[in-house]
Amino acid sequence: MSEKKEQPQIVIKNLWKIYGKDPKRIFTKKMQDLSKDEIQEKTGCIVGMRNISLEVERGQFYILMGLSGSGKSTLIRALIRLIKPTDGSIEINGKDITKMNSEQLLHFRRDTYGMVFQHYGLLPHQTVLDNAAYGLKIRGVPKGERYAKAMRTLETVGLKGWEDYYPGSLSGGMQQRVGLARALANDPDILLMDEPFSGLDPLIRRQMQDELVELQEKLQKTIVFVTHDLHEALKLGDQIAIMRNGELVQVGTPEDIVSNPADDYVQEFVRDASPAKVLTAGTIMESPKVLLYAWEGPKTALTLLRSNNRKAAFVVDKGHKLLGVVKESKLEQLLNLAEKPKGIPLSAIKKITSVTEDTIVEDLFSIVSENPYPIPVVDENNKFKGMVTTDQIFESIAPAADEGGDND
Amino acid sequence: MISFPDVTTIPLASWIDAAMTWLLQNLSGFFDAVGFIILQVVLGFETIFLFIPWFIIILLVGLAGWKLVGSIRTGITFMIFMFLIGSFGYWELSMRTLSLVIASVFFALLIGIPSGISMARSDRTERILKPVLDAMQTMPSFVYLIPALMFFGMGKVPAMFATMIYAVPPVIRLTNVGIRTVDIEAVEAAKAFGATPKQILFDVQLPLAKPSIMVGINQTTMMALAMVVIGSMIGAKGLGMEVLLAINRIEVGRGFEAGVSIVFLAIIIDRITFSFSQKKEK
Ligand SMILES: Nc1ncnc2c1ncn2[C@@H]1O[C@H](COP(=O)(O)OP(=O)(O)O)[C@@H](O)[C@H]1O
Ligand SMILES: [Mg+2]
Repeated sequence: MSEKKEQPQIVIKNLWKIYGKDPKRIFTKKMQDLSKDEIQEKTGCIVGMRNISLEVERGQFYILMGLSGSGKSTLIRALIRLIKPTDGSIEINGKDITKMNSEQLLHFRRDTYGMVFQHYGLLPHQTVLDNAAYGLKIRGVPKGERYAKAMRTLETVGLKGWEDYYPGSLSGGMQQRVGLARALANDPDILLMDEPFSGLDPLIRRQMQDELVELQEKLQKTIVFVTHDLHEALKLGDQIAIMRNGELVQVGTPEDIVSNPADDYVQEFVRDASPAKVLTAGTIMESPKVLLYAWEGPKTALTLLRSNNRKAAFVVDKGHKLLGVVKESKLEQLLNLAEKPKGIPLSAIKKITSVTEDTIVEDLFSIVSENPYPIPVVDENNKFKGMVTTDQIFESIAPAADEGGDND
Repeated sequence: MISFPDVTTIPLASWIDAAMTWLLQNLSGFFDAVGFIILQVVLGFETIFLFIPWFIIILLVGLAGWKLVGSIRTGITFMIFMFLIGSFGYWELSMRTLSLVIASVFFALLIGIPSGISMARSDRTERILKPVLDAMQTMPSFVYLIPALMFFGMGKVPAMFATMIYAVPPVIRLTNVGIRTVDIEAVEAAKAFGATPKQILFDVQLPLAKPSIMVGINQTTMMALAMVVIGSMIGAKGLGMEVLLAINRIEVGRGFEAGVSIVFLAIIIDRITFSFSQKKEK
């Protein structure tokens, strides 16, 4: 049964949504080949989603991105069956929710989801506390318990002391915190967020994003998050799915999307994305021409350096752990000693700042300006993985901008 | 002039008459029961209003003016109005009128709010009810007196029945509109958390539609009051009867006093019911 566990939490297969009268009837094989505009012209029906298949892993922060009208809301609302798909299947935790009846759906929604809306969707006639406790009330949790839980989640989102206010007297950012608290109070399996920060001022938006990242580190929920803002997507997402006209155009990690846009549409999206914020040391690193092992003698090391025309090289120990950097001049000194050492002594090795593979390029700038060597990249056990040179750093951020600016 | 040919005359009038006769013959027990219930409710209100001493009612109205409508000045104005009605010698009649209006509105809401809700929930029901409501609102109010008379005879009951039918459209309409224009995200949020249709109705739709429904109640009440004079033509005792008598006898002064009393009542009822539709900032 261990295989079962690894199944993605959300599996969507060939999902279609056609808005309009009697969509099942017009949903023919022939029709499926037509474009969105042609279908609309012929039948008056609007294609909301076209043949979408995707998978979301448990604990993943999954972003749906696209221009307005590209079908993001349609997709996220289909996940909770606020709309009924025309065709295809949505399996959540192994259950196909497109086949559920309304009674099953009620229970499924209560037990599985928390949802956050763009315009908050709060109840203006109820206090912040009652709003936060609403999902629990629907679940039938007794009053005392649901207020205690709601209080705790309000505290988590930084709204302690506001529980007796009405939503109308709160700022937009704070109202959205109430929305988030309401969604989290249920301790849902999956968090659905449809442009939750789009209505907020840029500063507040950034702050909320930071807090969501922090929260997700603790909670490790599966989150499906809709946005049309690339920076938000890159900052939050583990995986980004880009939609256009109801279709899935590209799915990938933030790095994939920025470094290999699938087509012009995606290219347009990522054009003003700063690669420095997305690309990581892991993607741009290379292996050094020369890597020295601490147990090798200074003589061998020096030969290696000279034959490769290098003035210095990284040194690792037997476990491939990074020790530091050694210079040609240091090796020469060692050879001149009366008693030649067997390997390279630690005293000859200079310690050096290293980074991990997921360090973003932007954070490499300050390090590269501090020391004259390439930056070594190591894993969490300090094992040497590769290195990043100054040239690579600048190359990595240049080409995308070049290609984008190629249009005369 | 060429007259319209006789042959194509459709005997609509005789069809309706036949239908009415059939209803009366076969459902007279039903109408008796309905009439009985209606009568009990009106009499109940009358008993209450005539039992409470006049100065207490004046005080309560003043208090309502002060606390609900706004200022202490409004409260005092309302008290003066009520006092004037009493000093014209119309205290008892105005209490009867008030009972009739309140009872009619009570039944109008009993029918109107659920109708408005079902209209909001189903596009088909809306399509069917809308033209009916339009027709009802353009129909002259006298028309309702005829079937009311046939079903219930003379007196309070047919007057109330006619009043209720005449006054019900606004509350249906505004309940429908109110629910349909509730913030869609609030409704979807409730749905997303697994709320049942009933929970959505009582937790979200009705509370958020409340201001609109209150406007409907206000309009329904005002229409009920306007129907009072007409209702008195079929024997409902009250201020309307006085106006009617004054018209018949060409007693301008008497008609004026009764008319002004109705206007005073109307203003007070209007302001108080309207105040419910205003959101109170907390
Ligand atoms: N209820 C609806 N009836 C008809 N068309 C709709 C409806 N909802 C959305 N659409 C259409 O479906 C497409 C996708 O809309 P939506 O999912 O809201 O996009 P997004 O959230 O990406 O802006 C759009 O063309 C939109 O006009
Ligand atoms: Mg949307």
